[in-house]
Amino acid sequence: MEKRVTFKGLWLPLLLVAPQLAITAVFFFYPAGQAIWQSLFIPDPFGLSMQWVGLGNFEYLLSDKYYRASFVTTAVFSILVTVVSMGVALYLAVLADRLIKGSGTYRTLLIWPYAVAPAVAGVLWLFMFNTRVGVVTWYLGLLGYDWNHVLNENEAMGLVVIASAWGRISYNFLFFLAGLQAIPKSVIEAAAIDGARFWTRFRTIVFPLLSPTTFFLLVVNIVYAFFETFGVIHTITSGGPQQATTILVYKVYSDGFVSQDLGSSAAQSVILLVIVGALTIFQFKFIERRVHY
Amino acid sequence: MATVTLENLHKSYGKVAVIHGVDIDIKDGEFIVIVGPSGCGKSTLLRMVAGLEGVSDGEVRIDGKRVNEKEPMDRDIAMVFQNYALYPHMSVAQNMGYGLKIAKTPKAEIDTRVAEAARLLQLEPYLDRRPRELSGGQRQRVAMGRAIVRRPSVFLFDEPLSNLDAKLRVQMRLEIKQLQRELGVTALYVTHDQVEAMTLADRMIVMNAGVAEQIGAPLEVYANPRTAFVAGFIGSPPTNFMAAPDGGQIGVRPEHVSVVAPDAGNVTGRVQYTEPLGAETLVHVILENGETATVRQDGTVPIPAEKQDVGLAWDKAVEMRFGSDGVRVDAR
Repeated sequence: MEKRVTFKGLWLPLLLVAPQLAITAVFFFYPAGQAIWQSLFIPDPFGLSMQWVGLGNFEYLLSDKYYRASFVTTAVFSILVTVVSMGVALYLAVLADRLIKGSGTYRTLLIWPYAVAPAVAGVLWLFMFNTRVGVVTWYLGLLGYDWNHVLNENEAMGLVVIASAWGRISYNFLFFLAGLQAIPKSVIEAAAIDGARFWTRFRTIVFPLLSPTTFFLLVVNIVYAFFETFGVIHTITSGGPQQATTILVYKVYSDGFVSQDLGSSAAQSVILLVIVGALTIFQFKFIERRVHY
Repeated sequence: MATVTLENLHKSYGKVAVIHGVDIDIKDGEFIVIVGPSGCGKSTLLRMVAGLEGVSDGEVRIDGKRVNEKEPMDRDIAMVFQNYALYPHMSVAQNMGYGLKIAKTPKAEIDTRVAEAARLLQLEPYLDRRPRELSGGQRQRVAMGRAIVRRPSVFLFDEPLSNLDAKLRVQMRLEIKQLQRELGVTALYVTHDQVEAMTLADRMIVMNAGVAEQIGAPLEVYANPRTAFVAGFIGSPPTNFMAAPDGGQIGVRPEHVSVVAPDAGNVTGRVQYTEPLGAETLVHVILENGETATVRQDGTVPIPAEKQDVGLAWDKAVEMRFGSDGVRVDAR
């Protein structure tokens, strides 16, 4: 039996979804349409005239080695951010789930980073790892390690990954904890009586039962890593060094607003749109099927 | 197959004591039912035997060996939960074979034992289904099957039938009893339903507020309740209690009372309402002193009219006398 409210008639439901449709139209369909239109032109730097080039922007992009390198950077970055933020969050959630006393405090403290805006988080981490005055850099120096993410590409990538994953851990933690607590205690007890010790229980019972949560977080985190990490990258590395942290969405910004190549920038956002669309369809078609029981 | 001994078993959460010392020697193959109202500590008692709750004081012994410190998996027990606690992402066969798989039993042996249990429980057509595709009764059977395939020494049942509808409950009750007899496994069974307790138990433990008020064979407990609580809890409708001159209570079972003329009975009262059930009739009477009493009379006996003044008569020999502390005082 479905517990769903059904509305009769046409006008009331239309009225109820109208605000959402309006927002989607103004903030998604209109700009997306503009981007597709602009991607077919090359405007002059002053925006006074546009020249029709058809798919010229796309052809140029796909043959550009910097653009292709940005794909790899984005893939590495998104996978790392997703794996780190989900892995740490799951570990913390498992610990919090076992906790009886003080779990409220623990949960509250863990949710705080989520309230920090990405740009602010970026600045926080930047200060800690600043090559001249950073606390962490100083301690690493004492250990004999010369931290310099301004010059070292891997260190730069590591730092933006940590800064981006940090705020996400809170969010993922909350979902994982809720998922863990939704598993009936008796099922875990039954497994314990059946002879499964903690790790076996986690592997064979808990993790499979968490899979809908894990899948949801996977989708949300990948989308986050693709788009919302802009602030972190902008404040920490500005895409450098040597474009080592220029992910696709950052390249849209730097090519469009810094280099004033609006046609290419528009074409890049169209490509991004297609990638995320394809990724989401793929996830729902192939992964979601496996996660329900 | 094993004996289970509970010795002076206590449980407290911080300062709150919930089990105040339970002692029982359970024989090999015996079916013990722990019965009591909700919150009496019956489930806690069972969970202490299972190892899911720690023991605050006293000892649990299975086959003579102390198991207080042992993990549930090392106690050679199997448990059937009230909500069945099936693994929702596994098929029926996987659910039943899980424990054996963990124990690294060879695949062929797992298959044989699962098939055997499925045959016993008539689950053969459902082995590939997921729990959510089964009815309540079938899920119940899978939970039983999961317990059976591991061939434990002791079965623990925590209100296994309370999520089933009345008809199915009667049927499953019978099946559980037959199965336990067939397998000869010692069983501890928790329920709040006194009919289940009466029909299943070789011996029952009647619990109230963390105390085992009486331990004994069902009919013996019924005929000879040791406390007023047991007299009131076991038997439906419950025993009638009337204040005794000495401050205690007199208890009389409804079936021992008959409706007579107002001047011919031990007490007088007025009929409040009647419940004709066919084979028998329940007559609810409000006594002169404001107490209520129930009479259970045969369906063939004329039913008194409501609001009618009547007398209630019983043989003094069937009276049960309880002291002011609720303990039986007339020695039997």
